[in-house]
Amino acid sequence: MSATAVNVHADDHAHDHGHHHKETFITKYIFSQDHKMISKQYLITGLIMGVIGITMSLLFRMQIAWPGESFGIFEVLLGKWAPDGIMDPNIYLALVTIHGTIMVFFVLTQGLSGTFSNLLIPLQIGARDMASGFMNMLSYWMFFLSSVIMVISLFAEAGPAAAGWTIYPPLSALPQAMGGSGLGMTLWLVSMAIFIASSLLGSLNYVVTVINLRTKGMSMTRLPLTIWAFFVTAIIGIVSFPVLLSAALLLIMDRSFGTSFFLSDIFIQGEVLHYQGGSPVLFEHLFWFLGHPEVYIVLLPALGITSEVIATNSRKPIFGYRAMVASILAIAFLSTIVWGHHMFISGMNPFLGSVFTFTTLLIAIPSAVKAFNYITTLWKGNLQMNPAMLFSIGLVSTFITGGLTGIILGDSALDINVHDTYFVVAHFHLVMGISALYGMFAGIYHWFPKMFGKMMNKNLGYVHFWITAICAYGVFFPMHFVGMAGVPRRYYTNTNFPMFDDLTDIQVVMTVFALIAGAAQLIFAWNFIHSIFYGKKATQNPWKSNTLEWTTPVEHIHGNWPGAIPEVHRWAYDYSKTNENGDYVIPGQDFVPQTVPLQENEEEMNH
Amino acid sequence: MTALLTIIVLILVAIAIWQMTKMFELSQVKADNSQVANDKDNRLNGYLMFAFLIFIYLLTIFSFWKWGNVVLGTPASEHGSDYDNLMFISMALIFFVQIITQALLHYFAFKYHGKKGQKALFYADNDKLEFIWTIIPVITLAGLILYGLYTWTNLMDINDEDDPIVIELYAQQFNWKARYAGQDNVLGEANVRLIEIDKNNVIGIDESDPYGKDDVVSQSELHLPVNRKVIFKMRSQDVLHSAYMPHFRAQMNCVPGMITQFSFTPTVTTQEMRADQGIQDKVKHINELRADRRANGEDAEPWEFDYILLCNKICGSSHYNMQMKIVVEEEDEFNAWMEQQKTFGEEMAAAN
Repeated sequence: MSATAVNVHADDHAHDHGHHHKETFITKYIFSQDHKMISKQYLITGLIMGVIGITMSLLFRMQIAWPGESFGIFEVLLGKWAPDGIMDPNIYLALVTIHGTIMVFFVLTQGLSGTFSNLLIPLQIGARDMASGFMNMLSYWMFFLSSVIMVISLFAEAGPAAAGWTIYPPLSALPQAMGGSGLGMTLWLVSMAIFIASSLLGSLNYVVTVINLRTKGMSMTRLPLTIWAFFVTAIIGIVSFPVLLSAALLLIMDRSFGTSFFLSDIFIQGEVLHYQGGSPVLFEHLFWFLGHPEVYIVLLPALGITSEVIATNSRKPIFGYRAMVASILAIAFLSTIVWGHHMFISGMNPFLGSVFTFTTLLIAIPSAVKAFNYITTLWKGNLQMNPAMLFSIGLVSTFITGGLTGIILGDSALDINVHDTYFVVAHFHLVMGISALYGMFAGIYHWFPKMFGKMMNKNLGYVHFWITAICAYGVFFPMHFVGMAGVPRRYYTNTNFPMFDDLTDIQVVMTVFALIAGAAQLIFAWNFIHSIFYGKKATQNPWKSNTLEWTTPVEHIHGNWPGAIPEVHRWAYDYSKTNENGDYVIPGQDFVPQTVPLQENEEEMNH
Repeated sequence: MTALLTIIVLILVAIAIWQMTKMFELSQVKADNSQVANDKDNRLNGYLMFAFLIFIYLLTIFSFWKWGNVVLGTPASEHGSDYDNLMFISMALIFFVQIITQALLHYFAFKYHGKKGQKALFYADNDKLEFIWTIIPVITLAGLILYGLYTWTNLMDINDEDDPIVIELYAQQFNWKARYAGQDNVLGEANVRLIEIDKNNVIGIDESDPYGKDDVVSQSELHLPVNRKVIFKMRSQDVLHSAYMPHFRAQMNCVPGMITQFSFTPTVTTQEMRADQGIQDKVKHINELRADRRANGEDAEPWEFDYILLCNKICGSSHYNMQMKIVVEEEDEFNAWMEQQKTFGEEMAAAN
């Protein structure tokens, strides 16, 4: 129905209720075109990929802390790649590579953005569904297919892709250079090509939906910040993902059809290859033209979720709404012209390095504005410490800690000596990895009642947050010191350099924290699954929130609202708003939902 | 060690399960089962937020106390002190901002934790405030950008002033080679297509180029004369590598198909660096650790400090062991070492 229904004007739609198509199990749960079901499919696929990605990180962390030790778990999980339980150097690189790929793309891009854009865009702008339900379904199933291919690639005979998640050629192009660059890399590229198509279908849908399907009264300046973030994220995706696709296609041609886009003058395993005239630096440019915006594709949705969660749970409007929107736009724009800071020492012209240093450090300004605005939102609030709120505050904390070291890495001169060391690993894990994961957790805890009609257990949520928060700092704060000591990333072991011997204890500390953090996620997994089936039934608006999604019934229905689509009369952040006499606008209630018309004597905020 | 790890993991899993069941039971018993935070939760988590702030501070202090000495220490090149200065200023700024913002964030989270009946302040905008915290980063970053770019431009200005010595760093899976330009200080033409392993022309120097005759290829160590500017020309024969010389604050990728370059002046000889107090402490500490490992039957010879060239771009299975020793020595020592090396012309003559 939705494919036609969304084309019908909102007012007419109310009339055509009651004659639903018969839904079979397959159309309802599998090939569903309903955005709420698709969002759940994204979430669960993303979480399963997350389990794989995080498990991989624990395995290679154990290898770094206790290099060359034999572990039964290695033998069980890695099979022939860990003879007698001792990890092979090739599989170490593969684990690092696939961990990065899965976490960045499959968990934090589609798992996060796919889940919450799908769930929240129609619900928060007051639409019956996405602009194209069919494209939305297609997007999910292409994502599913790419996930399956990525997982299958792990079983390639010569090993999965292992050239790092950035798959720089020639290493990724030549099976002679490493086993993982054979079938494993082919599958990686195929999987990513499908993934990009999926992401583009999704992004186009999000953009069109936000532009066209806003309900009456929902002007752009009344949009919740979540929607702004998803909207801009989708635009960045549309601008940058195609470039990665072209890089992947050219790489496929170099690998399979003998072209020389990225390869030149290569002598390997006793013979000269025919490649002539290509440049690996070109690949780096193409890769990072997506790769850097990708950081914000991951981060902006998390920041959007955080804005909403912090405002709701502080019982205060988000501070500086317009500045927040401007920051999102500024970050989005700048994010597409800073990619070169990954390439200061790639051999490109140093003058380019100067330009990229300039644009990169500029991005610190909107980021700082956002951080300060979050802090000010907390000030003089009435903070409701729900698990989602804790994760949001945690996000601001790691965003600051991780973001600050960006000032060092973005400075071309300083980058020289910390480039590709653990300092970088610490930086981006805090600022985008952990922060985006916190955003994802915040979103799950906050909108779980909307997704599943049940409440998650808050006490388990508290335990989950506090263990995770302590361990995240425990892993990544000391890691900066390892980087400052000059330890390169992606080393299977550091034992060949006696100068790194005094770092052994840091490595053990980090790994122990990582293992505890990994175990803490089991609490979340239990809470998540248990609550779906046995959680307390949710009320319609458990967090006393203003946004439109909480005006829909707890039970999901096709088309979201049983009657007419609600009209919007105000922005999303009228929390604790008072009249001149000091009383709440609605007596006895500290929030005014967006559907409530302006009251007498009430002044609308200038938005 | 394996046993220890297994025990740790088991304990953690046990704790996790215990906590899960306990929390679950607790939540079942409680009368208020709405799963929305109440005043008690707000208070508890508010205090925990404050505790977390203290945790961050303590972790910072502890890390500096425990691991502050593992970092690289005295720079061994002329630009190294500029680099370290810039790093120090940036770090100081970062810690200043970090300490204040984390304090505000967590203190507010603690101070304003929710209470029934507490009224939040409706405070949506303040242009003046927002202007202030936009303009402060702008000014600070402008300063940092200018200082950074000044340093970068100086560093990357690779020229022939001050009679530099030209050395080629040649990377391959998984070792380094160094080629000295010889008497004429000009490197002979080279290309991987000219490699002839059986003639020992391992890096493809053009035999017909007269500039190449006096070139010297070192496959074991990289020797540098102290206080003389070096221009490194980097090549790679197979995949990307990165020539990383952390003690000299120097790094540049080696890219197949093109020549990249980096230049610096070493200022501290290996001997002098071994006498450096920071390095001596580090060596002493590491040798104690290695003595312990030897006592456990591991192969860990006592270590003597040396400069090192590492590969810092993932390049394959033995990426973690692609290294070359760097020796910085006085000019006469360097010349004496050079005398012992065979030139490319001599080697080819021997092969033919």
